[in-house]
Amino acid sequence: MKLTVEQVRHVATLARLSLTPEEEERYAEQLSAVLEAVALLEELDVSEVEPTSHATLTSSLPREDVTRPSLPPEKALANAPARVGTSFAVPKILE
Amino acid sequence: MPLSDFQPVIGLEVHAQLLTNSKIFCACSTEFGAAPNHNTCPVCLGLPGVLPVLNARVVEFAIRAGLALECTVKKTSVWSRKNYFYPDLPKGYQVTQYDQPICEHGKLSIDTPEGEKVVRILRIHMEEDAGKSVHDASAKESLVDLNRAGVPLLEIVSEPDLRSADEAVEYLKALRDVLVYLGVNDGNLEEGSFRCDANVSVMRKGATVYGQRVELKNINSFRFIKQAIEYEVARQVDVLESGGKVDQETRLFDANRGETRSMRSKEEAHDYRYFPEPDLPPLHVTDAQLDEVAQSLPELPRAKLTRFTSQYGLPEYDARILCAERPLADYFEAVAQHFKDYKKLANWFLGELLRLLKDEGGSITTLRFTTVQFANLLGAVEQGKISANAGKDVFGEMFRTGKEPEAIIAEKGLAQVSDVGAIEAVVDEVLGKNAGEVEKYKAGKKQIYGFFVGQVMKAMKGKGNPALVNELLKKKLGE
Repeated sequence: MKLTVEQVRHVATLARLSLTPEEEERYAEQLSAVLEAVALLEELDVSEVEPTSHATLTSSLPREDVTRPSLPPEKALANAPARVGTSFAVPKILE
Repeated sequence: MPLSDFQPVIGLEVHAQLLTNSKIFCACSTEFGAAPNHNTCPVCLGLPGVLPVLNARVVEFAIRAGLALECTVKKTSVWSRKNYFYPDLPKGYQVTQYDQPICEHGKLSIDTPEGEKVVRILRIHMEEDAGKSVHDASAKESLVDLNRAGVPLLEIVSEPDLRSADEAVEYLKALRDVLVYLGVNDGNLEEGSFRCDANVSVMRKGATVYGQRVELKNINSFRFIKQAIEYEVARQVDVLESGGKVDQETRLFDANRGETRSMRSKEEAHDYRYFPEPDLPPLHVTDAQLDEVAQSLPELPRAKLTRFTSQYGLPEYDARILCAERPLADYFEAVAQHFKDYKKLANWFLGELLRLLKDEGGSITTLRFTTVQFANLLGAVEQGKISANAGKDVFGEMFRTGKEPEAIIAEKGLAQVSDVGAIEAVVDEVLGKNAGEVEKYKAGKKQIYGFFVGQVMKAMKGKGNPALVNELLKKKLGE
């Protein structure tokens, strides 16, 4: 399976990555190799196997609907590059 | 071709905030109105290395809604990540359910001018809410509050079965009533705890293929739903009439202008790259769990309405008002245990009780008087101990003070005189004083009868039992 440069660009846009033309070429090649390796699995007959979305977790216990104290806002905002009051401040969102 | 040659086709997506104490994947409070970012923790802030732990109540509420809406509740459902970038989505993905939701294929009945209509429900799934962005606080920055991030939501998606804005409004009201009755949602559109997106398309009447659909967002009242859909239907018909084609897009309803406008930014964002959430295993619902929830389901609004008209013989109008809220309906039934003239009782509810609650405030669950006291007051009116008007005064006093009706009647001297001898004496006196009028009456001037009643009542300060006053007056006047 060969990934096109256009597909790489599309995925890069969705992931908010800015790639140089050289990177686009290189990633198209590398990602194609990964897809080809995974495609080997298609040779196996899995018609009798349940699709597996989780390899290790089979079940986990839910928790009771009880509240616990939240972080103090100072801690919650400790890593914020910018803030106004106790709100995170981000570059203006237009819509 | 006029508007009437086109058939609107509408499907609705509702997001209902669940009334849990804590968030869906962490123990932060869901309380509305806290200062920004005061209800946040590493999980809902999306800090690295944290793991979600599912709130059991969310699953219970989803099952409750699913059963009430006659869905199939799936034994196994799967959590997925919906990936997109937005500042109020701290993880860069929303945990939701995608290809395997917890509930599918339900239905909800609504009333239309043509009678009952069944609207099919496509699916119900659970997901986390995003945070809140404030755009108008400054020119350069938007502010982000993550208190709402991780608040549990149910998304309820209808099939495109609705054919007019009015039907859409009916569906939303019926759905809201059900969720509020179930105790899973507070039904508040303005505060955003019950939100609606509408998928709207039009096709020429008689066509078999739906037109291109447009998604409308940001509609936060029943009135706006109607406006937004009607505007959008007219807009699409205009586009088609002028030879254009309707684009698949997301449009925002602008309540100030009463119109919808395109959200171009959404166009490329529709590639959400869903995949199974690796941090949460598939969700299993057991038969025991289903049974337990089924046992605890309350009677739903429609069933209650039907029962109120048959069991209590009430007109549909009365029953509808009484059943609008579960506490009011429950209270009616509690008083009806003690007072069997149900129509009269309903009149007191629709008249005095709702008026007092509206004018003087308070809620049906915090009334100061008991059901028995309420019934006793109505009994006193019924038996002629006090007049209907005096009854209203006493009721107002009970509402404000919680005193026994008998005590208020005694205190205010409202008891009606039903002693035949006492009334007869007054009647004789009035007729004696007005011999001239009596002559005229007997000579055929029957319309002055009311004058005699007035005089007797005046002499008795309004406390004469009206039935007895009439009976005695007519007897004495030789009727």
